[in-house]
Amino acid sequence: MSAIVEFRGVGYRVPRLEILQDLNFTVEAGETLVLLGRSGSGKTTALRLVNRLLQPVAGTVLVEGKATTEWDAIRLRRRIGYVIQETGLFPHFTVAENVGLVPRLEGWPADRIGARVDEMLERMDLPPAEFGARYPRELSGGQRQRVGVARALAADPPVLLFDEPFGALDPVTRFDLQRQFLEWRRTFHKTSIFVTHDVREALMLGTRIGLMRGGRLEMLATPEDFAQTQNDEARAFLASLDWRREMDAHRPLE
Amino acid sequence: MPTGLSSEIASRTIEHLEVVLIAMLLAAAISIPAGISLTRRAGMRRWALGLANVLQTIPSLALFGFLIPVPLIGGIGKRTAIVALVLYALLPMLRNTLVGILGVDAAVRESAVAMGMTDRQVLWQVELPLAVHMILAGVRVATVTTIGTATIAAAIGGGGLGVFIFRGISTVDTGQMLAGAIPAAVMAIVADEGLGWLERKLSPV
Repeated sequence: MSAIVEFRGVGYRVPRLEILQDLNFTVEAGETLVLLGRSGSGKTTALRLVNRLLQPVAGTVLVEGKATTEWDAIRLRRRIGYVIQETGLFPHFTVAENVGLVPRLEGWPADRIGARVDEMLERMDLPPAEFGARYPRELSGGQRQRVGVARALAADPPVLLFDEPFGALDPVTRFDLQRQFLEWRRTFHKTSIFVTHDVREALMLGTRIGLMRGGRLEMLATPEDFAQTQNDEARAFLASLDWRREMDAHRPLE
Repeated sequence: MPTGLSSEIASRTIEHLEVVLIAMLLAAAISIPAGISLTRRAGMRRWALGLANVLQTIPSLALFGFLIPVPLIGGIGKRTAIVALVLYALLPMLRNTLVGILGVDAAVRESAVAMGMTDRQVLWQVELPLAVHMILAGVRVATVTTIGTATIAAAIGGGGLGVFIFRGISTVDTGQMLAGAIPAAVMAIVADEGLGWLERKLSPV
């Protein structure tokens, strides 16, 4: 295995606020590293350092062995798919135009773009004949996220970044997409970093879980080890899953 | 209606239209690019909007008057009138360009950048298409106001439909005033409807 993304002593701050401190970890080829943390723990900031939407104030973020600051930002970003909660689909582009965006920027010939768009839509269970000509506003939330994933995958980038992509969906649709995510992971073999505050999602989707707290990496473990750990913050997250115990504790005595 | 009057109405209307059209083209050529570049320069934004705001607060008759003694752009006639109208039209066009582009959904702009679009591609393929109806709304407001304000241009020898209005006031002749006011009002309504139609047609969503 080789490191595709590596954080080396990374710090990030804005005036009067330390956001990330001394972040060190590597993401190996083909794995899905989930960054789990509460709001404000710095997980989204860490993600945005990978495709150079932000630049580190201290340390280095390496992608494929090269510091993000050494990369041409445009080239770097076209090698990294990006999926966010609000989807960021272009409202004035059709579904097909949205999915074909990066291939078009990369100057693929039109027939190859068309074929690739159809293929990606098929794989996202969105029949191209039915969905290709629609606009994002004509889709449901789950369909929009699928288009977002198709767009991120269209130019076949080696790295994918997910920023709470399923956070705004209803639980049933979310679970449906989480299951499909595992399916896509098996078929596409991408290196992914996935940000979430949902511990259930982290356990289900991650090959490893990086727990963030106050701008630092609290622990890094496989889901199995994470579930067994005595770490306070991890226990706090795991306790949020245990609805039955709370219910029992508050049941009136018979 | 005497034939002399109706042919004068026609020629004054064309004159009026000419002044308004030139002023609008110049104002758009200045304020839209300026607005675009201000979206990239947060620091200068308040300063520029403040200036445009101040220009707009100057009473129109006074602004026409102030410009007369100014060398190169001043003097009596159409040129001075056009300069004054351009200064008036700057604010609505500048403001709407800024509001339109800065109002593009942050998630959309962020993913455009994250997909590896250059700043120029983000501007031309994302921001401008999504802002064009807002920019046009600014052009529409400016045009409708300018058609009215341009009647004052007659006071400094700028011609146009204002000639009838000033003549009507000085001779207490309602017919003369209406000969200027009605075509100007019709022109404003047509401009409003036409530009409104274009705005809806170019609206992205």
